[in-house]
Amino acid sequence: MTALAEEPAVRRTSRKALLELRQLAVEYGSGARGVRAVDGVDLEIREGEVVGLAGESGCGKTTVANAVLQILRPPARIVGGSVLYQGEDLVGKKPEELRRFRWRNVSMVFQSAMNALNPVMRVGDQFVDAMRAHERIDRRRALARAGELLELVGIDRRRVRAYPHELSGGMRQRVIIAMALSLNPDLVILDEPTTALDVVVQREILQQVEALRRDFGFAVLFITHDLSLLLEFADRIAIMYAGELVETAPAERLGTNPRHPYTQRLLQSFPPLSGPLERLSGIPGSPPDLSDPPSGCRFHPRCPHCGPERPELYGRQTTERPVLREVEPGHRVACHLVEEEEEVA
Amino acid sequence: MSALEVRELSKHFSIGGALRRSHVHAVEDVSFALRPGTITALVGESGSGKTTVARLLARLYDPSSGAVLFEGSDVSHVRRRRDVLHYRSQVQIIFQDPFGSLNPVKTIRHHVERPLRIHHIVPSAQVEERAHELLRTVGLVPPEEIAAKYPHELSGGQRQRVAIARALAVEPKIVLADEPTSMLDVSIRIGILNLMVKLKEERGIAFLYVTHDLASARYVADEILVMYAGQIVERGPVEQVLAEPLHPYTRLLLAAVPDPAKRDAERIGTRKGVASAAVDPPEGCRFVSRCPLAIDVCSHVTPPLVEARPAQAARCHVTAPAPSTR
Repeated sequence: MTALAEEPAVRRTSRKALLELRQLAVEYGSGARGVRAVDGVDLEIREGEVVGLAGESGCGKTTVANAVLQILRPPARIVGGSVLYQGEDLVGKKPEELRRFRWRNVSMVFQSAMNALNPVMRVGDQFVDAMRAHERIDRRRALARAGELLELVGIDRRRVRAYPHELSGGMRQRVIIAMALSLNPDLVILDEPTTALDVVVQREILQQVEALRRDFGFAVLFITHDLSLLLEFADRIAIMYAGELVETAPAERLGTNPRHPYTQRLLQSFPPLSGPLERLSGIPGSPPDLSDPPSGCRFHPRCPHCGPERPELYGRQTTERPVLREVEPGHRVACHLVEEEEEVA
Repeated sequence: MSALEVRELSKHFSIGGALRRSHVHAVEDVSFALRPGTITALVGESGSGKTTVARLLARLYDPSSGAVLFEGSDVSHVRRRRDVLHYRSQVQIIFQDPFGSLNPVKTIRHHVERPLRIHHIVPSAQVEERAHELLRTVGLVPPEEIAAKYPHELSGGQRQRVAIARALAVEPKIVLADEPTSMLDVSIRIGILNLMVKLKEERGIAFLYVTHDLASARYVADEILVMYAGQIVERGPVEQVLAEPLHPYTRLLLAAVPDPAKRDAERIGTRKGVASAAVDPPEGCRFVSRCPLAIDVCSHVTPPLVEARPAQAARCHVTAPAPSTR
């Protein structure tokens, strides 16, 4: 890897930690029927950094985002660990404190947020409402700011007078992103922000987010199932499988040298647009039922490197839970096989 | 020899009231052929009309004009139950949503056996055996166990396989697959795509694969049709079209696909705009407002589909000029 390609990521990752998740655990339900949707997740987001969180549906990635904002709805609840924002734990804070924290410090764009706008209210008024809920600002100034924000995301400022149905899906999504930026947050969580959109519109929106991020310096937690998107837009990527983080690494490194068998297979699930075309195999089986997760490594029933040919390793794979270990600076993997390889090397 | 041929097919939907009626030209002047043992990909943005094409071919809509030729005769307006049944036994459709396309209160056995009985594919004594065989073909094993389950007991990928098994039950010559993988997890998609390739090779089925994912189109398809605002703007062998696209819209689509190798690369020059089915479109190229190559003629003459390279055709005055204007 060239020093040039590495530079921006290094610069950003040397900054101060903004958000730290430590051994975060979230459960739905309780007792024997409880499902641990997020289990012991450690994740750090530094100021101005774009962190991608990827995984298949049901792996717990949206639950992580909801836990950060403390908007989990019962029966979901945090059962362990902490969510540190600038060193302060958000778990157990009073509702009023959290209300002030949300939106001002951390804002979120939800999945299919374009349907989140109130259909009978002008776009501008919805901005005003959002801003005035958090800030003392008069209506006129709030509307003017709404216009500026719309312009930032590439929409004519006169559209503050539009109703949501007068805007296309892509434009509505941009409106929501503009709204998420209205109080100048330090962290914006994007949960599948472009999944419902076309590739062309998707690219336009992500390029705009990237440009805004450069100007305003906010950090982004980008949640998606589309790993190929993250390889292009994120500084660092965390891969989640069945409620656990299995690998984290700088984006370039994850793309060129993935170590966890799940990450490897996931990357091989995207057919290439150019170059030689090989028959791909995807990943056999399907993600586990979290009410009864596999013992040991949760990926072991689908893992191509797990078999009784190597009894000693097999024993650990099927009974012992692997933990994230650093294999390179900034590159951490939770896998018994990788651990063994590293010991040999 | 084509399995199914589409000639100058159009579908207009009317919108608005009696006084302000206008027409959405969802599909306009679309012609192509599906050949046995090949997969033809139909790609485009949402709203480009690709699903409407699949539904027209499945006889779920009546076309406004044009013809669908099957076994040498136009089937676009057949009405007699016997004729419709015959057509449906040869042309099957698989929908995008495997959660909505199966009846939640019926077992998998019911779904796969029903077409076998309705179309009298095998004597009733052999229905069960054939159903198991079909489930095995689509990789659902052990079939006895799967057959007894209900849709909610299966994963999305398994459900989509049931939908495919059901489509195969009638031994169709043509399968229309409308975004069959877009609601499935990434790791499951490849399995469905591989299954399509296997069925094309082993059974000589002609597939129409409707998708917005260019990379998967390249992975499975032989031919590609690119749709924009209801028209086919480019067609040709998939490798050739993706390696050297003629139409500026195909280029735009290609450039928009996430590609790790493209990190921090320059964005390509296009103007903003959205592709939506054209409402009462004026004469002229429908891509003109977004096109970086547009010239004068583009805004008032609709470009025809011109074969500018062997087997590769595009609707573009600039990159595929008609012989007369060349």
